[in-house]
Amino acid sequence: MTNPSPVLRVIDLQVSYYTEAGRALALDRVSLELYPGEKLGMVGESGCGKSTMALAMMRMIKPPGRIEGGKVFVGDTELTALSEAQMRRARLSLISYIPQGAMNSLNPVLRIEAQMRDAIREHQPEMSKAEIQERIYQALESVELRRNVARMYPHELSGGMKQRVCIAIGILLSPKVIIADEPTSALDVVTQRQVMETLDRVQKQLGAAVILIGHDMGLMAQFVDKVAVMYAGKFTEISSVRDMFTNPLHPYARALIESLPTLENKGVFKGIPGLAPSLIRRPPGCAFHPRCAHAMEICKTVTPALERLPGERLVACHLYDREGNLTNAALRMAG
Amino acid sequence: MTPLLEFRNVTKIYTKGLLSRAATTALDNVSLKIEDDQPTILTVAGESGSGKTTLAMLLLGFITPTRGQILYKGKDITKLRGEEKITFRREVQAVFQDPFAVFNPFYTVDHLLTVPIDKFKLARSKSEARDKMEEALRAVGLRPEDVLGRFPHQLSGGQRQRINVARALLLKPRLLVADEPVSMVDASLRATILESLRNLNREYGISIIYITHDLTTAYHVANSIIVLYRGSVMEAGSIDRVIREPQHPYTRLLIDSIPWPDINRKWGQTEIAAREQEHGSIETGCKFTSRCPFAMERCRQAPPPLYQVAPQQVAACYLYEQQPIVERERLSEMLPA
Repeated sequence: MTNPSPVLRVIDLQVSYYTEAGRALALDRVSLELYPGEKLGMVGESGCGKSTMALAMMRMIKPPGRIEGGKVFVGDTELTALSEAQMRRARLSLISYIPQGAMNSLNPVLRIEAQMRDAIREHQPEMSKAEIQERIYQALESVELRRNVARMYPHELSGGMKQRVCIAIGILLSPKVIIADEPTSALDVVTQRQVMETLDRVQKQLGAAVILIGHDMGLMAQFVDKVAVMYAGKFTEISSVRDMFTNPLHPYARALIESLPTLENKGVFKGIPGLAPSLIRRPPGCAFHPRCAHAMEICKTVTPALERLPGERLVACHLYDREGNLTNAALRMAG
Repeated sequence: MTPLLEFRNVTKIYTKGLLSRAATTALDNVSLKIEDDQPTILTVAGESGSGKTTLAMLLLGFITPTRGQILYKGKDITKLRGEEKITFRREVQAVFQDPFAVFNPFYTVDHLLTVPIDKFKLARSKSEARDKMEEALRAVGLRPEDVLGRFPHQLSGGQRQRINVARALLLKPRLLVADEPVSMVDASLRATILESLRNLNREYGISIIYITHDLTTAYHVANSIIVLYRGSVMEAGSIDRVIREPQHPYTRLLIDSIPWPDINRKWGQTEIAAREQEHGSIETGCKFTSRCPFAMERCRQAPPPLYQVAPQQVAACYLYEQQPIVERERLSEMLPA
């Protein structure tokens, strides 16, 4: 068996927003690799940089934000080196983005098929009318919508159906990477499950990699293979979904998992004390140290690097050495 | 003893314009009691369009029922006047979904707390008002010095939502209606807000009607639950029974679709039957028929009554017709406090 090469490589991506209050470092040299068919969940509190990362990968950061460094590859194509016109063609055909509340981004005065046709024409002007129509029907059918939905206007569809139309638009040109930003946050549980099942099936058909952004850990447990926890513009831990839910290593990841309501721990509320830090005045060292129950002296000054630990886990925490064991300092603190 | 709040066969029908025949039954013959002496947390659950927000609006007196009556301490809330009306307004408080929309961005957050103090004449002096504000903020786990004097945009969603809870608490209410209070707040902050709601119930004896589509959080705070589907009660009872042993096919579908944050508890055992395309058509039978895997001919003919499926659980479904029928008016007897 040959090792497949990663379909997505993000290397040292950095994004800042320049505000009146100062420079906010929203994404601090973040790296990520994703293989075909992989589903990654990206979680973190609001303002931790998860949507910024998605927008940066799409090169859709708008002023006062700026991509200040780093590279993004999809397959062999370096997105960060493309011209603006080339990038426009890469969107949707190499990498597609289903934004938060996508269903409200449909144009209310155009039929669904007109909106889908626009997307195809922009990328493949040589395609014939009949081919375009066929592609639209295929995309709708792959998200379990009937063909007659093509002739409808957005207001004729329910929230779940609109969200599925957005997924259909996202996969029109068979992208290699699909980024879905909280695709179900406004939907009720049954519709949510239906939309996620759709996304799952479509992803398998295309063999694409999916990044699911959100803060619903339940959804992550049900859907993804790997979970990346982000805090103040950096990854704190990237582990398989099983490791993350059964044995999270980073104290922030652990606090997140423990704050979750499950069937077993009824009536136990364990919130995470403190507030997410301001990105303009990031705490020195590890950004989580003011809220961390295990903070040591070193955490206040030295930023921990994201280290590869055994079991293909990536963790940025001074508590662990490279073998994934607690360091002597951590053990001393635990007493 | 007179209950604190009583819904007597309340129905709310929305009509479109004067001439249109199309009408939507948002709430269909719901009876409910909240007792005065047993502060409880009752969840009203359902998906969008189930009538849960209509129920909250009726309860707060923002809209009036088409049929039936809503009584507060034995008096019809549409007929309250003068002093009684002010008491009702003070004793029944609400916390809404969007912690961003309820603040006026031009005022500091103090404004949200001082207005009710002035309106209801809760304090005789400035310093007494200040003490009251600080006490309410501390009760929801906020440090007054962190939030007072700040503008809404300087606070996080979780802080703002807790200020809303503090505002409600300030008025020493008897009943709090919380309409999706945590759905727009980060998962990591939800626990804190739910905890302050529960403390309100335990320490201040305030009954809470918790309106949500999120059964996970409902399970954690509530004592009992009513599951609505397009305006009708599908299932009700003790929260433990309903979440762990759901009987109605709709509740089973809902609970099976909860994404539990537990990799050993996979969702999706129940197949999702296609969602109906049209809402609002006049139906005679059970409203869930078109999506129900067990639908029978009689389900289309008349809506099923509530059958008692366990000591503290009822389900409106013909699958349980062997069980004793519970009159709709007696629904509250099935809900533990």
